[in-house]
Amino acid sequence: MSVLVYIESENGSFKKAALEVASYGRAMANALNSSLSAVVFNADDVSTLSNYGVDKVLSVKITGDYNAETYADILKQAVEKEQSKVVVLSSSADCKYLAPLLSFGLDAGYVPNVVDLPESTAPFQVKRSVFTNKAFSKTEISTEIKIIGLSNNAFGLAEQAVSSTVEVFNPEIKPSKVVVKGIDKATDKVSIADADIVVSAGRGLKGPENWNLVEDLAKVLGAATACSKPVSDLGWRPHSEHVGQTGKPVASNLYIAIGISGAIQHLAGVNSSKVKVVINTDPEAPFFKAADYGIVGDAFEVVPKLIEKLKAFKAQNA
Amino acid sequence: MKILVCISHVPDTTSKINFTEDNSKFDSNAVQFVINPNDEFGLTRAMWFKERQGASVDVVNVGGAETEPTLRKALAIGADAAIRINTTATDGFAVASELSKIAKDGDYDLIIAGRESIDYNGGVVPGMMAASLGASFVNNCISLEIEGQNATAVREIDGGKETLSTALPLVIGGQKGLVEESDLKIPNMRGIMMARKKPLRVVEAENIQEKTRTISFEKPAPRGDIKMVDAENIDELITLLHNEAKVL
Ligand SMILES: Cc1cc2nc3c(=O)[nH]c(=O)nc-3n(C[C@H](O)[C@H](O)[C@H](O)COP(=O)(O)OP(=O)(O)OC[C@H]3O[C@@H](n4cnc5c(N)ncnc54)[C@H](O)[C@@H]3O)c2cc1C
Ligand SMILES: Nc1ncnc2c1ncn2[C@@H]1O[C@H](COP(=O)(O)O)[C@@H](O)[C@H]1O
Repeated sequence: MSVLVYIESENGSFKKAALEVASYGRAMANALNSSLSAVVFNADDVSTLSNYGVDKVLSVKITGDYNAETYADILKQAVEKEQSKVVVLSSSADCKYLAPLLSFGLDAGYVPNVVDLPESTAPFQVKRSVFTNKAFSKTEISTEIKIIGLSNNAFGLAEQAVSSTVEVFNPEIKPSKVVVKGIDKATDKVSIADADIVVSAGRGLKGPENWNLVEDLAKVLGAATACSKPVSDLGWRPHSEHVGQTGKPVASNLYIAIGISGAIQHLAGVNSSKVKVVINTDPEAPFFKAADYGIVGDAFEVVPKLIEKLKAFKAQNA
Repeated sequence: MKILVCISHVPDTTSKINFTEDNSKFDSNAVQFVINPNDEFGLTRAMWFKERQGASVDVVNVGGAETEPTLRKALAIGADAAIRINTTATDGFAVASELSKIAKDGDYDLIIAGRESIDYNGGVVPGMMAASLGASFVNNCISLEIEGQNATAVREIDGGKETLSTALPLVIGGQKGLVEESDLKIPNMRGIMMARKKPLRVVEAENIQEKTRTISFEKPAPRGDIKMVDAENIDELITLLHNEAKVL
């Protein structure tokens, strides 16, 4: 018996969310008195995984781009080989794409957006977020194999050093019905899903020409940039930056909202960020009721100052 | 081309979320229900295929009689016919299994679902339908073109997008981008009148055993008070973020 985690990498190195999944998988394995196996694709150096409690690494070499159908099928073979009873995935777009396929293939119950270790393992009950972070539910999985989709940043990283073995895994690779024709991805930018810090702005910024403020602030902080829905509807920013209930979810450590009123649909999608800072001219803006730190002030005065001060702070603490 | 649009009936995005029966059930009292926003984008894209490429568009929901106004709204937007599978929607697997049966029996070429329902945020139904039907699957779909049996789709990925080519039959998990916000149709009077005469077929469910079950709900703990920082004192904000919140 084992717990199995899927370790996602990007350009050969592991994503932070993948190490979080490993940390969670280790804790799960401890709770179940079982071992932890990990599947990695095309990773050069897997040694970090032993710091996160992975007992056994199944290393897969595969050519071509990520493909949900193919990867789901490979994970299924790994689960069968390892006789895994629990599978842990991240909340990345790629994982959310393959999870239902894997779940169907394994006849396994799948619960997404899980925020904690199981409250009980027999019956198997986990806490997940529902209603776009407006509530949690305790959900029971009744199948023999269970698939957990872990919310980003919900568990954090926890090191536990073990000695791990690495095994080359040669699964049968089935062709997929879907073929990748091209990928358009900014390689120099942090994505909202992977970012520790997200800097986001709304209609209060008046127009796209002012976004250099947001970009500059994000740059000092090594943050991803995001925006409210009207900003993307107006074409000031690309749709991919739209966060909220109908946009991307944000679960960063720090979320800075500039000139965003804090409508319920916006808040729902960014609520699970740990610390929220609001900069708004209107002291009555609803966002102040949902944030940790607030500044009542004009973005055009406050943000440039903030950038300067942060630069100085970074230089001092470098 | 035969299109099936899966419509999930969800609380309006502004709804306050409350629970009843010892926190075991969602309290639908005074809650307005709407077409799931992700499905509204999909339905609008389906209308485009109807107008430009002569597709037929049916809508389907798994739910009790209370979801019929939502299906009627989809008919008023322009769908040709509606199907309601008469059972309480439980988990994604059970819903996907019910929908797959309808999809198979109706021999649909394209099944449009949403990337997730905004109530339970499962994001499972479209993928499971694709798996169960042996159809192609594109999730987080933000653009879709069909020519004959071939489809070109764009999928949103973390940090960018990806163009995919595939073939019908196809299931998508759609979202904003599939059409622009400004393309969304509000039903007009004529649409609403016509919708009354359009067929809404109720079919009995297969009653499939679910794999996951909600035991209870809870609301997040109330948050602490906000700390206000003077606009003239940015240093204080940085100190707080560094020493207190420990995020810098
Ligand atoms: C079905 C549905 C789904 C939705 N989904 C989403 C979603 O996913 N995400 C989302 O964001 N919205 C969503 N919305 C829209 C949401 O209701 C709000 O309309 C939107 O979030 C408001 O965006 P905003 O805060 O940028 O703009 P506004 O509400 O116009 O707020 C602008 C703010 O900027 C402040 N301001 C003005 N000038 C300055 C200045 N110089 N300096 C500092 N502050 C200033 C103002 O005081 C104000 O608070 C949805 C709506 C619907 C109906
Ligand atoms: N009860 C339902 N009836 C019809 N379609 C549904 C139902 N539940 C979910 N769907 C479809 O599946 C998509 C994803 O839902 P979910 O997997 O529940 O997050 C929704 O956007 C709908 O298109």
